[in-house]
Amino acid sequence: MANSKSAYSVAGKKQKFNTHIIVVWVDNETGVLARVVGLFSGRGYNIESLAVAEVDQKQNISRITIVTTGTPQVVDQIKLQLKKLVPVHKVADFKRDDKNVIFKEMALFKFVANNIKLSKALDACKNFNPVLLDKTSKSNVIQITALRREIDNMTKNLKKFGLVSVSRTGAVAMTRGSEIFK
Amino acid sequence: MPKLYSGAEIVFKCLKDQNVNHIFGYPGGAVLPIYDELKNFNSIKHILVRHEQGAGHAAEGYARSTGKPGVLLVTSGPGATNAVTALTDAYMDSVPLVCISGQVPTHLIGTDAFQECDTTGITRPCTKHNWLVKDINDLADVMHKAFEVATTGRPGPVLVDIPKDIQFQKTKYKSYTKEKKSNGKSHNNFSQKNIDDLIKLISKAKKPIFYTGGGVINSGPKASELLRELVYTTGFPITSTLQGLGCFPADDNQFLGMLGMHGTYEANNAMYSCDLMINVGARFDDRITGKIDEFSPNSKKVHIDIDPSSINKNVKVDLPIIGDIKSVLTSTLKTLNKSKKNFSKSNKHQTSNWWEKIQKWRTKRSLDYIGSEETIKPQYAIERLYELTKDKDTYITTEVGQHQMWAAQHYKFNKPNRWMTSGGLGTMGYGLPAAVGVQVAHPKKLVIDIAGEASILMTMQEMSTAVQYSLPIKIFILNNEYMGMVRQWQELLHGKNYSESYTAALPDFVKMAEAYGCVGIRAKTPEELDDKIIEMLNTDRPVIFDCLVDKQENCYPMIPSGKPHNQMLLGPKDQKEKKITGKGRTLV
Repeated sequence: MANSKSAYSVAGKKQKFNTHIIVVWVDNETGVLARVVGLFSGRGYNIESLAVAEVDQKQNISRITIVTTGTPQVVDQIKLQLKKLVPVHKVADFKRDDKNVIFKEMALFKFVANNIKLSKALDACKNFNPVLLDKTSKSNVIQITALRREIDNMTKNLKKFGLVSVSRTGAVAMTRGSEIFK
Repeated sequence: MPKLYSGAEIVFKCLKDQNVNHIFGYPGGAVLPIYDELKNFNSIKHILVRHEQGAGHAAEGYARSTGKPGVLLVTSGPGATNAVTALTDAYMDSVPLVCISGQVPTHLIGTDAFQECDTTGITRPCTKHNWLVKDINDLADVMHKAFEVATTGRPGPVLVDIPKDIQFQKTKYKSYTKEKKSNGKSHNNFSQKNIDDLIKLISKAKKPIFYTGGGVINSGPKASELLRELVYTTGFPITSTLQGLGCFPADDNQFLGMLGMHGTYEANNAMYSCDLMINVGARFDDRITGKIDEFSPNSKKVHIDIDPSSINKNVKVDLPIIGDIKSVLTSTLKTLNKSKKNFSKSNKHQTSNWWEKIQKWRTKRSLDYIGSEETIKPQYAIERLYELTKDKDTYITTEVGQHQMWAAQHYKFNKPNRWMTSGGLGTMGYGLPAAVGVQVAHPKKLVIDIAGEASILMTMQEMSTAVQYSLPIKIFILNNEYMGMVRQWQELLHGKNYSESYTAALPDFVKMAEAYGCVGIRAKTPEELDDKIIEMLNTDRPVIFDCLVDKQENCYPMIPSGKPHNQMLLGPKDQKEKKITGKGRTLV
């Protein structure tokens, strides 16, 4: 969160910002995403990325994964404010450096280049579970899954192999081991 | 085959099942089917306001003075947007409201139809929750859920948006039985360990203070009784926020007066110097804390609140207790009486130095003002109003500004639910419609709106409502021809540049009263004030009382924003020594 712009008080001491991944289980109903996102914008919280989809068709539950930054106090507020929303069932919060949690983002890369460059591009992706989704004589579409920063780096490095278009999801998260979040 | 009811009928059947007796509203195209049904439900009385904001504030006044949710009924588009200020006000001050709004027929939604607006979108940030009912079969459930959400946990406003075609469609109605189990959003899960920890802190404290707020009032009259018992048992001093006034008797010796920006010297200094602060149902608002970094630096802080998100939001606390005030206080008293039978005696010695210090602060007499024989001092007017009404069970509402602070400082409240004011949002124009709502709920009681002449003009039209329903509200205007609080800030912080804070063309309030069909009274001198107030009290019709007061008077004491509690501005004499300079100016 940026410094308070409130006209009524002096901003207090600055605290360290941490990156957190907030996972929210919500009723999949009209406007629920607007409620969650509106809470973030209305209270001045950051959203770095957002991923949302229905995960339980029977019970009509969607899972929203939000990457956010804030001081410990702000992250606490985010969780508590989210829990107050009527369609919210539960809220989980993970630090980005939590070793017990897997974070993944997916990206689609489109390359337009000659055959040599295209094969080099595919080769460069090999550490990130590349899947060749489409291939023509002039172009490639490659899917990779990786961490946010890795994808950031890839988009920079792959320019030279004819990368023309990038589409990526927000991060999704899952705990390791047999535990599930209740 | 079960009987089928139209959507409009279901709305009223739900209201009836929720024991609603009064609704405040204004008809319009998209709610006509509901208005058409009104005649078939005699137990529900509709109060026709003159503007939807008035409906909202009236419902707030109704809710605050009764503890029941207030209900308003408005049409689509402008009807809904006009209600937004009142909904936001209720959201900030935790007032349970249920707003029913009409919407254009479902097939026209999204086509920019006549009087269409995205009501649920617009009201999303200013309600606890809202619903757009797109299926007639959901209507009854949504209506009942709306009441549940509005009244459970930390109360607040909700909105149900009902398209016109849904109001016509028919379905079955199943009678409503109130579920005992909570919806999972209300929190009353404090533990005995919390209570034991609290008692440990209480018994160790040498400089304790209770800091109480609107949560006590929202928890019901029983909570106020328990609070009194706890405060008397411990012998601790107590201060209250603006919204909490009335939960502890203001004329009691243990009461230090209101705290915060315009709080008393003793209350604020006690907050600054205490070693144990027990926050009961207040939320560390910026008008209370002043500069956060220097807020009560040496105290252990306990926070009792039903809303988990209020904990550690502004001020980090040492012992959070999440629960309903009534239950928490019940457990605390039970444990205290069991484990420390002679607590009050053993404790007196421990806090005697603290009380001596408080007495010393009290000698500053921070609410004093310089009297006058020529002009009516606004503080004097409130004092006289209090003296002449204190034997009646009086309900006071206010607008927002200097008069509001003077009322809070000089009118002494002894019971909860008698004080209705817009604290969080600070809505000028709140008091008159709120008084209408209070009078509707308590037809036989004395209801006074302490007002300023600028605020009252914002919702003046509701006088017409008061006259229509013979609601004998008293509008007591402290008329100084300025937006007083704005003028005060400009004097203190903007080099006396009174930019746009003077109202040059005020109406004649006495004639205005007559035009509305009520009674106008004017008081010009301190000498005639008492007689005129008595005349007002003896009139059983709505009265507009135009009290011409000192135009230059400022509201003291005052903590300039950005200053801690121990740096207050006292009356005129003290000011010269502590001028607000530099950074403080930008903070107000």
